[in-house]
Amino acid sequence: MSSWPRRLALLGIAIALGSGAPVPPETVDYGLGTTPTQQQIDGWAIAARPDGQGLPPGHGSVKDGDDLYATMCSTCHGTFGEGEGRYPRLVGEGTLTGERPEPTIQSYWPYATTVFDYVNRAMPFPTPHMLTPDQVYAITAYVLNISGIVGDDFVADRDSLPKVQMPNRNGFIWHDPRPDTHDTACMTDCRNPADIKITSTAEGKNLTPRETGPLDTSLPQ
Amino acid sequence: MADLPAEQRRETVAIPRRRVVLRAGLGAGAAAFAAAAGAADTAPPADPAWSQSLGPGIGDRVYGHPSQFEGDVLRRNVPWLTASAESSVSFTPLQYQQGIITASGVFFERYHAGRPTVDPTRHRLMIHGMVDRPLLLTMDDIHRLPSENRIHFIECPANGGMEWRAAQLNSLQFTHGMIGCAEWTGVKLSTVLEQCGIKTGAQWVLAEGADGAHMARSIPLEKCLDDVLLVYGQNGEALRPEQGYPLRLVVPGWQGNVNVKWIRRLQVGDQPWFTREETSKYTELMPDGKARDFTWPIYAKSVITSPCPEMPVNGPGLYEIRGFAWSGLGKVNQVDVSVDGGVNWAHARLHDPVLPKALTRFTLEWRWDGKPALLQSRATDETGFVQPTIAELRAVRGTNGIYNNNAIQTWQVRPDGSVFNVQLA
Repeated sequence: MSSWPRRLALLGIAIALGSGAPVPPETVDYGLGTTPTQQQIDGWAIAARPDGQGLPPGHGSVKDGDDLYATMCSTCHGTFGEGEGRYPRLVGEGTLTGERPEPTIQSYWPYATTVFDYVNRAMPFPTPHMLTPDQVYAITAYVLNISGIVGDDFVADRDSLPKVQMPNRNGFIWHDPRPDTHDTACMTDCRNPADIKITSTAEGKNLTPRETGPLDTSLPQ
Repeated sequence: MADLPAEQRRETVAIPRRRVVLRAGLGAGAAAFAAAAGAADTAPPADPAWSQSLGPGIGDRVYGHPSQFEGDVLRRNVPWLTASAESSVSFTPLQYQQGIITASGVFFERYHAGRPTVDPTRHRLMIHGMVDRPLLLTMDDIHRLPSENRIHFIECPANGGMEWRAAQLNSLQFTHGMIGCAEWTGVKLSTVLEQCGIKTGAQWVLAEGADGAHMARSIPLEKCLDDVLLVYGQNGEALRPEQGYPLRLVVPGWQGNVNVKWIRRLQVGDQPWFTREETSKYTELMPDGKARDFTWPIYAKSVITSPCPEMPVNGPGLYEIRGFAWSGLGKVNQVDVSVDGGVNWAHARLHDPVLPKALTRFTLEWRWDGKPALLQSRATDETGFVQPTIAELRAVRGTNGIYNNNAIQTWQVRPDGSVFNVQLA
């Protein structure tokens, strides 16, 4: 086997671990583009990191978030964060194992800053980017409160959010452990024919869409 | 195509001949009779109507579209899968794909806030953060930079995500259709980053879209400097709006979600941002309740596209088993096909071009004796990785992971020629 697959694998590990800062390439100037003003950068640089970098000035309380949530969020996410229809459930300390895991902000999300970042970047779903930073902070505080993660007097801001300890903070493996299967390409007599059994079939499950589905008339009815 | 006359819209299609034949093969006697009667008007020695008339001239279709008889070749969706069409996915009709390039019009879609209409003259790409000189580029600027052309697949890591517990959907399009492969034209991301001068200590780049969700992902700088492209062309024309017009990221071999569409901002930093799409989503719950994150590359995978549930077989005889194989870690080295559920395998023929991180076509002649068969394909890529079975994957990862299901697919062929999606012990 040539050595490059091994190098590729090692590169993958290095990337996953974030170790070894890459050497910056030489600067080449094509003389294209303009330098954005600080105001332009501030207008678009919305990403908020777990350490608080990128969180804007402002603040919002659980109490302020209560009314905002009822108006802006509850139609899809439910009065208590339980989720309506197939819209995401936000609250619930449900299990992350077993047949029906329940990953919610409360049970799954590792960082509170991600709640601010996502509400600010993408919510409300039909009319995004209409909320002020204070409103986003307030909704974040409220969602964390009904999740039982912060108290009723919590005020979310750029200092308090990075300090919130999320229940599943240590629930993630931040590197790729694959390959986690190690097969060889066996060609003959690879299995005992008697062991081959059909354990499940899509037949009769009625999950294959017929309205939008392929070849409705040729699929077995 | 909204302004086309109604008779030219593809929705107004006749029943394709292929479907008639398939129905005949499934024993629909009346349909077989109708097909035979229709053929009498056009088969030799008759001169069919289309040979006795003038067809439309040039200018009739200033932007062409497929034949009206190909009306089944459509993106399709699973309505019960997602909450709304604006935050959903559609599936490529892989059962009809003839070569390694997915037609732009049926390349699968994934939206987080619907498909934005972005005016290229007013679109901007901003690069800032840990750089010496922040930069604001117009599309004209980007078109002037040195260009690259590459053929790569893009696959959503949730492709096959509904099949972890059991065989669920009786359709190739729905089990494997969250993939497409195209010729992409654009600029190496390293070319753009080099213009800005990357500061020492930088390790990550946030890529963010101009869509309503400002969909954003953290990507290691090392990958960005390796082979990532800022793409404005797809299969010889401008990107389709569904694919991120006017500008998207193509991150070769990595999960679809990081190939950010309608891209407008790149922020260079020293840590990941842990956005919603890389914490709440695109993470894999393991049986112990821990979740894998940053599992970006697509591992070696393959599937037989004919026969499949949508492409049943029609009586005993000689067939060509056809399919695609791909790997996000490089080229496909070998594809093997079994017709007995994995007891014995035969090497399939790989068709040129065999390109890294691209769909690769394979075929194998098969003489069907009319007896029940269990068809499988198994890819090996140039790293030596061999595609696993679903049972092996479940033994390691359980059934809650959603993503990165690269299992061997089994198609059950029945004596009547019908084909079913099944899983084996």
